[in-house]
Amino acid sequence: MKSSWHNRLLTEHGSLLVLLLLCIYYSVVTWSEQHPITPRSGRQLARAIATAPGAHVLIAIRPTAQDRIFASALREELVARGASVIEPVLEGAPTDVRATLEELGRAGQRVDAIATHQPISEWGPLQPDSLAALAAQFPSLKDMRVHRPASHHWPNFLTRENLLNVINQNADIAIIAIGMTLVIIAGGIDLSVGSLLALSSVSAAVVIHHWAGGAQASVVGLVGCGLLAILIGAAGGAFSGVMVTRFGVPAFVVTLGVMMVARGGALIVAVQHQRALSGGATEGTPEAVKVAAPAFGALGNGAMLGIPNPVWLMAALYVLAHVVMTRTTLGRRIYAVGGNPEAARLSGVPVRAVLVGVFALCGALAGLAGLVDASRFEGGRPNAGELYELQVIAAVVVGGTSLAGGQGRIFGTLVGALIIAVIQNGLNMAGVKSYEQKVVFGLIILAAVLLDRWKKHRGAGAA
Amino acid sequence: MAAPVESTPLLRMRGMAKAYPGVQALRGVDLELRAGEVLALLGENGAGKSTLIKILGGAHAPDAGVMEIEGRPVQLESPTAARRAGIAVIYQELHLVPGLSARENIFLGQEISRGGFIVRHEEHARAAALLAQMGAPLDPETPCAELSVAQQQVVEIAKALVGQARILVLDEPTAALSPREVTGLLARLRELRAQGLGILYISHRLDEVFQIADRAMVLRDGAHVATEPMANLTRQRVIELMVGRSLDQEFPKRRTEIGAERLVVRGLRRGQKVRDVSFAVRRGEVLGLAGLVGAGRTETARLIFGADAAEAGAIVLDGRELRLRGPRDAIAAGICLLTEDRKSQGLVLGQSVQENFALPNLAKLSRAGWMDKRREAAAFDQHVEKLQIRLRDRHQSAGTLSGGNQQKVVLAKWLERHAEVVIFDEPTRGIDVGARHEIYHLINQLAAQGKAVLLISSDLPEVLGMSDRVLVMREGRVTGEIADAAGATQEQVMVLATADAIAA
Repeated sequence: MKSSWHNRLLTEHGSLLVLLLLCIYYSVVTWSEQHPITPRSGRQLARAIATAPGAHVLIAIRPTAQDRIFASALREELVARGASVIEPVLEGAPTDVRATLEELGRAGQRVDAIATHQPISEWGPLQPDSLAALAAQFPSLKDMRVHRPASHHWPNFLTRENLLNVINQNADIAIIAIGMTLVIIAGGIDLSVGSLLALSSVSAAVVIHHWAGGAQASVVGLVGCGLLAILIGAAGGAFSGVMVTRFGVPAFVVTLGVMMVARGGALIVAVQHQRALSGGATEGTPEAVKVAAPAFGALGNGAMLGIPNPVWLMAALYVLAHVVMTRTTLGRRIYAVGGNPEAARLSGVPVRAVLVGVFALCGALAGLAGLVDASRFEGGRPNAGELYELQVIAAVVVGGTSLAGGQGRIFGTLVGALIIAVIQNGLNMAGVKSYEQKVVFGLIILAAVLLDRWKKHRGAGAA
Repeated sequence: MAAPVESTPLLRMRGMAKAYPGVQALRGVDLELRAGEVLALLGENGAGKSTLIKILGGAHAPDAGVMEIEGRPVQLESPTAARRAGIAVIYQELHLVPGLSARENIFLGQEISRGGFIVRHEEHARAAALLAQMGAPLDPETPCAELSVAQQQVVEIAKALVGQARILVLDEPTAALSPREVTGLLARLRELRAQGLGILYISHRLDEVFQIADRAMVLRDGAHVATEPMANLTRQRVIELMVGRSLDQEFPKRRTEIGAERLVVRGLRRGQKVRDVSFAVRRGEVLGLAGLVGAGRTETARLIFGADAAEAGAIVLDGRELRLRGPRDAIAAGICLLTEDRKSQGLVLGQSVQENFALPNLAKLSRAGWMDKRREAAAFDQHVEKLQIRLRDRHQSAGTLSGGNQQKVVLAKWLERHAEVVIFDEPTRGIDVGARHEIYHLINQLAAQGKAVLLISSDLPEVLGMSDRVLVMREGRVTGEIADAAGATQEQVMVLATADAIAA
């Protein structure tokens, strides 16, 4: 055990290292000029403009929430510093800017400064030649200048917004990957997760529509339907588990079958729903089953403390799963069953029950991800989760869990899921097409599996 | 048997040595096989026979030693190389593809082809001729799955002959054959010997060996003991050579009051392996179970432990009949089994030693499903100290331990359960002398605590030295009981274990 520390670093934290390197790489290549549109940049801008008291300032923004927050901070600071802000705040498109300026010019309103941000400052009406023309036409505008917040350099990748977005976009995959990690550690595999996701989300949406009161569904009703979605996923998983343990069918084959049945089921439910909506007049199409209840979107689109709800959910589940796998008897049994089912059985571990339970748990998490998906899109989509099984397995494998079973870590999977998410994000930023990205992901999976083999080889050599 | 003394032997091995982690399997063994003879390779389990065969078959490389075929040195670095050198090994477990026909299996990898197309009728004619020549006129187009074990063996031999094999190695070829099939096989082998093949014949059944072999070579503890023409040997002499030692102080004595019957087994039955087994183990008694590999001892133990389901019979512990649906029930009732194969059945090699220790004791070492890690560590430490398990740390994986320490970890996990019946299946196989002694002491301690101990062992000195009574099994039945184990001889056991099936 000469090389033990860097061996350990590689085998136990190798994926974390990869994630870190990726983040550094993307930070470097997305290093660029930043033009923040925040309350803070608004106040800074105000301080820059209000050097002379009594300056007449026009604030121009786009009609977005973010811009309004920026504008209100800007205005507050300007007023506090004695500038006179021209009311109302100009809000609109480039043509609105031109029209407003001409109106102010005709009215003889003096404008010393236009306070805005970088995107608007690039608009045609605010370019030097347009401003010169206005100044020539209207004397009250002759001292008018455009001000925008100072820019600074920072990686596009490493912004809070981008990072949260990356995680949020992949929260469902990361959630299912927890279940998949358990299944793979226990020596199985589950290909049905993507389809179970779709089946759960469509079923929950239909139940909400027909039985829980549709748009008027109560929170209790919605929660009930959410539990139903989870239960449907769990039932699918438990079925696979029973087939594997009672009839000895390989998990790969069983879950392949369940995958197709569940996908077909989701499509059937959606089509039947559409047909029922049209009163049986049409064949029905596999469109999303809309959920109009306003509270339903909270799970997928809401946020707490500025962090999207799916990210909270994901984080909580990872902590929980980690605790289960490291601190409970169930965790021990899962590792033992995957490591050596015969030895586990001869030690009194209920191998079949553990396997069925693990498959059911994986299915339940797929159902929960289906619920998140339905909430995010405000409807159950029968085509949701397509090819998720592969992304999820990729995350697990990249995270260092051995496909041979018995070995793996929950947080390894989180890192694996993040690696895949970050690479995807980076490739998107670099403008790589989605079909080209597939090649990259295929190679990543192969590399991860090779690394697993290599680790095992070294492990065997050391033993 | 007038083999020309001066002629170059077909096969000559000199100074073959091979070590596995913790075991010296072969210690400089010499072997000579001549064309047109059958050489029997004899020895107890673990004497080094299988290792020698694996080296011959190119499956394992020797650590030292040279090999010559017809005087030319050869190196067999792979099974393919061995086949090319003219050596065909027919293992106890046959290696045919069940879905393919006899013909397809015979020509697998050595197809008769022209331009990439198999010439079926030629293969068929050749296969049919070979099979007829060996006195097994079966249709070459029969799928192998439909053939009996004896017929499959013929197919394997035919395959070897097509491959121009001149040296045929047969490992326990008659283990699964009926007496009539054995007669047929021996006739075939005589035929092949007459054709000038050299045959290395491994078998526990001495009767067969005396029928077929020209010479016998005996191995013990990886070393060559003797090579003699069969004419110079008697059955007694062969057994003596194989067993070698006389009983000595290798086995610590124990003084234990033997009490009432605790574990009673009646009419236990499962398939061909366990056919009507009945016995009782008393309080404080060590009952030895002797016999050859495949005699049904391990299978009997698995039935008592609930690892397999019995087809008939009753298992009674302290007067209460047990209904075992699985090992869980047996463990709950207070029975534990230290399996013969620690690596594949006793331990989860990838998990830490402490986790292995905790596996059957999870309920005890947890509270409401939460592991009580402090209690786990404390319980483990206690056993590590008592059993003197040598560890780097408690989190090292079980696969990294030596055989003796692995066995102690297995023992620790069952001691923590305070089982009432402890079944040891080959507890000292592959374990060095020092650790053996410690395990013997533990067996004595268990007996002294009033537990019932069942000791399965193929190591005759061990089973006689450690047991109060010894049962001998053969072909799924108890064929004899030796009430006074200490006064018995190994020859007595061997006679009971190897008596001809026909005699019964």
